[in-house]
Amino acid sequence: MSKFPEHIAIEKSHPTAVLDWHDRFGDRTLIVDGKQIVDVITLLRDSFGYNMLVDLTAVDYFPRRPRFEVVYHFLNVDSHARLRVKVQLEESHPHIASIISLYPIADWLEREAWDMFGIKFDGHTNMKRLLLYESFEGHPLRKDYPKTKRQPLIGPQN
Amino acid sequence: MSELIQSPMMDMSRSLSGQVVTTKFDKILGWARKYSLFQYPFVTACCGMEYMATACSHYDIDRFGAAFARFSPRQADVIWVVGTISHKIAPVLKTIYDQTADPKWVVSFGACASCGGPYDNYATVQGIDTIIPVDVYIAGCPPRPEAVLDGLLKLQDLIQNQKHDW
Repeated sequence: MSKFPEHIAIEKSHPTAVLDWHDRFGDRTLIVDGKQIVDVITLLRDSFGYNMLVDLTAVDYFPRRPRFEVVYHFLNVDSHARLRVKVQLEESHPHIASIISLYPIADWLEREAWDMFGIKFDGHTNMKRLLLYESFEGHPLRKDYPKTKRQPLIGPQN
Repeated sequence: MSELIQSPMMDMSRSLSGQVVTTKFDKILGWARKYSLFQYPFVTACCGMEYMATACSHYDIDRFGAAFARFSPRQADVIWVVGTISHKIAPVLKTIYDQTADPKWVVSFGACASCGGPYDNYATVQGIDTIIPVDVYIAGCPPRPEAVLDGLLKLQDLIQNQKHDW
């Protein structure tokens, strides 16, 4: 297992950005400092041709600390190279910079992550729920959201 | 000569023979309504594929007088609730039901519409009968077209034997 070129390039320009990395099962993964995420992704897009944001999602590792992870999946459409970038976030007020300016598709993906996990994306101009209704309280994919708790708009409560 | 002298009653029964049946008005109305069902397919999920298979020529729901899908509740008799109903769309379903003109019936198509199916979570209504009245439940995940036709026949049976407003 040796460092891959993207990792080396990021270390050169942003020495403190990469916190950890691995390429288990052929899935090359960088765990990146959240404060530098926009710089890192800009570099990946502009220098390595990762021109497609395949997915942006989040994971709740409750009760681990840091609790949340935001996961970005990138694809280089020309070379078919794939790269996964992860950012770990603390439980209290989880937030991270938006990457809409780099990938417009991130708009709805970030709203979905807000909807389901309650992660704020700073700089997103329309940070509201994507799938659920506005009156819904809480974020249902968080591990501490009760499995059977329902918030019906009409009909019996639970 | 005596053969020509008949009572008026005898005369009438002979002249109407084979042309008149007697029945109850509810029965004849049920007979008419069960063979001219206009459907509103409220399709939200994969059960919709089975509904389409049933509606198309291979299984041919038209044989039972239920061919015409109307995508306006004003023109429909039967609401087929086909698929998972989330809490977000539940008020829409209720509105559609309220907008449907009487007489109206509701068929719950498949496990999700009937009881939430495999989805016991924050998003899913645990059976549409918590929101609107249901006449026929069709089991299956999704139900095969044969099961759908069986459900339709049960609905027709219900319509035939129910009391009608007239």
